[in-house]
Amino acid sequence: MAGVAFRRLLSAIPVLLIVSLISFGLMRLIPGDPAAAIAGIAATPAQIEQLRRDLGLDQPVWMQLLHYYEGLLRGDLGRSLLLGKGVFAATMERLPVTIGLSLYALVFTLLIGIASGIVAALRQNSWIDQAAMMFAMIGISVPNFFLGLLMIILFAVHLGWLPSGGYVPFSEDPFGWLASTTMPAFSLALLQAGLLARITRSSMLEVLRQDYIRTARAKGLPGRRVILKHALANALIPIVTVVGIIVSLLLSGAVVTEALFSIPGMGQLLTQAVLNRDYPMVQGGLLLVTTFLVLVNITVDVLYAVLDPRVRYE
Amino acid sequence: MKLLEVRDLTTAFMTGRGEVNAIEEVSFSLEEGQILGIVGESGSGKSVTALTVMGLLPRPPARIAAGQVLFGGRDLTKLSEREMQAVRGPGISMIFQEPMTSLNPVFSIGDQIMETIAAHERLPQAELRRRAIAMLDKVGIPSAARRLDDYPHQMSGGQRQRVMIAMALACNPKLLIADEPTTALDVTIQAQILDLLMDLRDEFGMGIVIITHNMGVIAETADRVMVMYAGRVIEEAPVATIFDRPLHPYTRGLLECVPSLTEDRARLVAIPGTLPEPARRPPGCRFAPRCLHAEPACGTAIPLLETLEPAHSAACFRARELASP
Amino acid sequence: MSDVADAEGIALKREHPARATLRRLFRHRLFVTGLFLFAIVAGIGIAAPWITTVDPQRLSMRNKFLPPGEAWVFGTDNFGRSLWARVVWGAQLSMIIGASVVALNAVFGTLIGAAAGYFRKLDNALMRVNDALMAFPAILLAIAVTSVLGPSTLNVILALSIVYIPRTARIVRSSVIVLREMEYVQAAVAAGAGHWRILRHHILPNAMAPMIVQLSFLFAYAVLSEATLSFLGVGAVPPTPTWGNIMAEGRDFMREAPWIITIPGVALMITVMGLNLLGDGLRDVLDPRLRIQQ
Repeated sequence: MAGVAFRRLLSAIPVLLIVSLISFGLMRLIPGDPAAAIAGIAATPAQIEQLRRDLGLDQPVWMQLLHYYEGLLRGDLGRSLLLGKGVFAATMERLPVTIGLSLYALVFTLLIGIASGIVAALRQNSWIDQAAMMFAMIGISVPNFFLGLLMIILFAVHLGWLPSGGYVPFSEDPFGWLASTTMPAFSLALLQAGLLARITRSSMLEVLRQDYIRTARAKGLPGRRVILKHALANALIPIVTVVGIIVSLLLSGAVVTEALFSIPGMGQLLTQAVLNRDYPMVQGGLLLVTTFLVLVNITVDVLYAVLDPRVRYE
Repeated sequence: MKLLEVRDLTTAFMTGRGEVNAIEEVSFSLEEGQILGIVGESGSGKSVTALTVMGLLPRPPARIAAGQVLFGGRDLTKLSEREMQAVRGPGISMIFQEPMTSLNPVFSIGDQIMETIAAHERLPQAELRRRAIAMLDKVGIPSAARRLDDYPHQMSGGQRQRVMIAMALACNPKLLIADEPTTALDVTIQAQILDLLMDLRDEFGMGIVIITHNMGVIAETADRVMVMYAGRVIEEAPVATIFDRPLHPYTRGLLECVPSLTEDRARLVAIPGTLPEPARRPPGCRFAPRCLHAEPACGTAIPLLETLEPAHSAACFRARELASP
Repeated sequence: MSDVADAEGIALKREHPARATLRRLFRHRLFVTGLFLFAIVAGIGIAAPWITTVDPQRLSMRNKFLPPGEAWVFGTDNFGRSLWARVVWGAQLSMIIGASVVALNAVFGTLIGAAAGYFRKLDNALMRVNDALMAFPAILLAIAVTSVLGPSTLNVILALSIVYIPRTARIVRSSVIVLREMEYVQAAVAAGAGHWRILRHHILPNAMAPMIVQLSFLFAYAVLSEATLSFLGVGAVPPTPTWGNIMAEGRDFMREAPWIITIPGVALMITVMGLNLLGDGLRDVLDPRLRIQQ
């Protein structure tokens, strides 16, 4: 297992190197004069020159690159122009909010997706199956911000059960946190839940056809045990492999969900940075979020090895 | 005392084109400690017969349309799923053709053997472990205690089949059904597994139903033989009699196809044509279209199993006439 | 269970394979439903100039916040603009963006995927870059790219292509790797056929099925992502009518005029669901290995 983790960490190095190069290159792709674009139309030539020097854009590209990697090694990702503080510090303030929201959404995704997928598979072709798959189809077809808007209209505007936006940190008031994140998390989760329900169903159907399920029944095990132990342990393997993709989709979706529900997370930070042309923040934030995702994927791979002895003993 | 008695068993399947009988009016019985061989091509209904006895067919689409399965004084076809679970394991257990896929890949073999025992007997963990090691030892797995925590993928096909046997015998069943137990294995391993089954029969005294398409396997192991064709029993006799004096033209064809332990596919070169699909079986004798001796009468009525000699029955209108030289 | 009665084996009539595929597609209930939904949206988008009478950007403050009714089919928004006209032109824009992203993916996804899968020397380098691009959260990368290029329809198309081409390329690559080892391809190599000929005649035609399935889902993602970008304000610039823009503007009037949000939202949902159903149908028929149902 440690072997799997080590190998995956090694293979992540080239990916992260290229990710950092792409993040670096992005700001250099701004058409025309980047410094002028960042400074905005109202800036004076002197201000533009000042900014160019602050950002190191007056130096040759290879020098910029050298400084960039030197900074990365020191954990310095530059300073946000908008917030006036370090990119790393700004990210560390906001990322936990997004991770909390995504985890909550992940709980919804796993509960709804796996449960409905299993029930659908066990009652294949019944009305329950068809209803679950219809629900999954709707889930993967509703944009999360539209679902969020509908939920706001229903639960906040009309019923007044939940706040239409805003955020209460968990550490201050756990119930407040729940109230402020339940709609965002649910609207964020439904698409992935639909996806997961379809994957779980087909994985479960595949497993239920296997010879070892027949063996388990031939041994006289109770039906519940055959399903919950023998079938599920195998059906979970392909499900675990998509958890990495699901987390990526959740972080992606969180951008718009946070904007919609005014949650001060990473998505809102980056959207604000984009809208205000705070490129150092965009560049550094993107790199940090992606690095986090790569680490999540490595964790998923290790988990996969825990579940599947064939991988563990490779 | 009969260990198992199957009477007029008919199992039907719901298909896209209506209900079709996979097996029809299958009757046979087995004494304690006896080995019955069921022979036939794939599609002849051997496995459906076994799975019906075990109650392992998915219902629907399968349905027991008629007949009884008497085991230990009870009709298994009348039992609930819960009651059947108590029979599977300590009453009847089963091993399958594919040892590579019949064990769950994500659990250790020890776990899979121990849970079988635990499902039927309340025992402390240490005792379960001891029993599992003893079983592995009995089926000839070297250093059983160490291999208990191995996973199926760490074992060879022959070893996995031994594990399957250990698992099937873990609760001391009175009857073991072995569905093509050696088909997927190498020739040398096949003989070892068959020898193991015979030894264990001598030791535990259980009855065995061995299902195969291979006449060589039958010759090695069985006391009695039942031949199936297109869902029906067409001949039944003690093993020596079948090889000596087969009565049904199909059985004779089977014996002519050079059956041996080295032959592993059920291709019957000596008999022209192929087994009919369950949904498109001919009226009358199912074998008539392929039979060299068929006459018009064979295409109109189904010949029933008839005792023609002591302990020897066949389902053929012309059996008597063809048998006499 | 090898012996369980199976009732297959009808004598199949010989038929041209393409016709047989089409026949199976049109018997596939989900595919036909999806095609129908998508065709409606695409038809409306194409017919936009003829089925709208009002300029979608014409303001008319007298008529603001009119609910859907006889005079205004879909009602009006906060500036009195016709929501019907705006949603219909929005459909056109969604179709243009979706189709462009799909076209760019078909070309570049195939080129990159085929190059990586066929020429082993290129594989490692191309796939590392591919992996890196796929490591970014999709929407975040799209936002960053549009922010750098500037918000416009064309840049949205470029950004979404940069996000999705690596995913298409990966699918093409994995089919090509399998096909490259096939005996008939090895035979063509042995017969001295050139790389280009082998790719064009022997490999790519057989790698098409999974890519076509992917492209139909991609169309859905592209439409969805475009709406997300314009909802966030980094897509096509308002007042250009896109579904995302319309919904973003409707946010402030959820209580008084919820239809400003629900109508484009439902339009978006119908489009995406149609494409998903279409993709499911195509996958069932063209690429049965990936079948989800049954």
